[in-house]
Amino acid sequence: MSKRLYPFYFISIALALYVVFAVIPSFMGIYLSFTDWNSYSRDIRFIGLENFRTIFSSEENYLHGIRNTSVFTVSTIILKNVIGLMLALLLNKGIRLRSMHRAVIFLPAIIPMLVVGIIFKSIYHPEYGIINEFLRTIGLSQWTRHWLTDIQWAFKSIIAVDVWKGAGYIMVILLAGLQAIPGTFYESAEIDGAGAWKKLRHITIPLLMPALTVTTVLNLVYGLKIFDTIFVLTNGGPGYATEVVYTLVFRQFTLGSYGVGTALITVLFIIMTILGYFVVRLMSREEQSI
Amino acid sequence: MKKLAWLKRTYQTMLIGIISLMAIIPILLVVVNSVKTAPESSSMSFDLPSALQFENYWTVIHKGKLGQSFTNSMVYSTLSAAFCVLFTSMAAFSLSRNKSRFNRFLFLFIIMGIALPINYFTLIDIMKWTHLMNTGMGIIVLYLVTQIPFSVFILTGFIGSVPRELDEAGVMDGCGPIRLFFFIIFPMLQPAAVTVFILSFLNTWNEFLLPLYYLNSSSKWPMTLAVYQFFGQYQQQWNLVSADIVLTILPVIAIYLMGQRFIIAGMTSGSVKG
Repeated sequence: MSKRLYPFYFISIALALYVVFAVIPSFMGIYLSFTDWNSYSRDIRFIGLENFRTIFSSEENYLHGIRNTSVFTVSTIILKNVIGLMLALLLNKGIRLRSMHRAVIFLPAIIPMLVVGIIFKSIYHPEYGIINEFLRTIGLSQWTRHWLTDIQWAFKSIIAVDVWKGAGYIMVILLAGLQAIPGTFYESAEIDGAGAWKKLRHITIPLLMPALTVTTVLNLVYGLKIFDTIFVLTNGGPGYATEVVYTLVFRQFTLGSYGVGTALITVLFIIMTILGYFVVRLMSREEQSI
Repeated sequence: MKKLAWLKRTYQTMLIGIISLMAIIPILLVVVNSVKTAPESSSMSFDLPSALQFENYWTVIHKGKLGQSFTNSMVYSTLSAAFCVLFTSMAAFSLSRNKSRFNRFLFLFIIMGIALPINYFTLIDIMKWTHLMNTGMGIIVLYLVTQIPFSVFILTGFIGSVPRELDEAGVMDGCGPIRLFFFIIFPMLQPAAVTVFILSFLNTWNEFLLPLYYLNSSSKWPMTLAVYQFFGQYQQQWNLVSADIVLTILPVIAIYLMGQRFIIAGMTSGSVKG
């Protein structure tokens, strides 16, 4: 009955597209990462672990990119979750024009990352960018920086852009989570004499854990693929200060050294598959509760 | 005590006001500068323009060939989002209704794609085999593929809430699977289908990497690539770059304002990737 009424060919189109354009390339990639595949010669030779040795060698800058990607992912997850939670808590109190504030704070999340990069290129400009301009106006000229070319600041500036773009998004998810917490919990806690901090620590955060897990996992997946903003703002510079996996991958692509590039993606693929396992567990749990 | 509460409230209102301002300032900055003359906009400040230069928009549409890119983006995003809704809702229907072990596996296998990184190198080969390299069609297919996992996730969850009695009623009336799905089930999916359409449209409109890798000819570029190219060429003329940016984000903001409810519904049902 159900076989006839809910046929496999309904699944097959989406499945086939997904397999051909997403899954097969990944597995081909695993094989080709052991070769010297490049855009100049037609022969592909098997070279064993050579590409991986290059990636994990301390003389090259790949490790640097992998480290930066991790730093970026972890720090944006922490910052966005903390700020997003504070914003959600703030908006969850009956503030006037709440839906307007929510809409405005979420707005950066829907602007293309590339465009965000271009806008911040002007905002961070050392001479006329509005950040340095503002610091000078309020008499803090000693705080002005070459945000994108100073090796100490470039990566932090990029993290700041990403937090600006993503915090509102986290806020919206957490706000929905907050609204699902019954008010009676807080009332009885108040009767027991719990202060604001205790309520946050013993009621809000534990009950928000599922929502916080969702935001964390999704940010993990997103952070590891960061590219557009960095490509526009610094393109990996100054030096290798803001190099991440995807900027390295694109460089290998333009250089034509596909073997090393594929090996890089394969490393990412393995990490992401492990992550994917958690995504699946998380989401299939959610699906059951619907 | 009452005064303290009032003080706290004012403080909170001010705080949230400042945060909202911080969120929107960069966007306002671009809008203000898009109607200035080139020298006025060279410092990208909030000084108001002496006269509104709306012709900047005409200039970028002609010089930057933005009309072409705008049409391209519209076609790419609309078609990929539409096909995404169609194919994934069909898949979600079978996956959700026929819960065999195999279908359960397929469901997990597909949503695993949310985390899967695209291998841009080997995908070249696939694109060549399928004759999709450097074609608009190719970009539509790739856009569609990137949206499949999450869309299947949302729609499978939603179809679970559509009563099975409808299927039975359909069978009584002699429907086969195709009629059952298109005439009875699909109309019921409207809220989730709109969510999937909007999210796919926004995500693909904002996509930059796939066309950067797989579209060489500028006549096929979407808005993001065109803006990037334009920015490289006219870096000194921030008024034009700003006008260009406004045109790129205008459709996104319009859709956001109209479909906010659907976007938030989609995100909170498990949330989207960036």
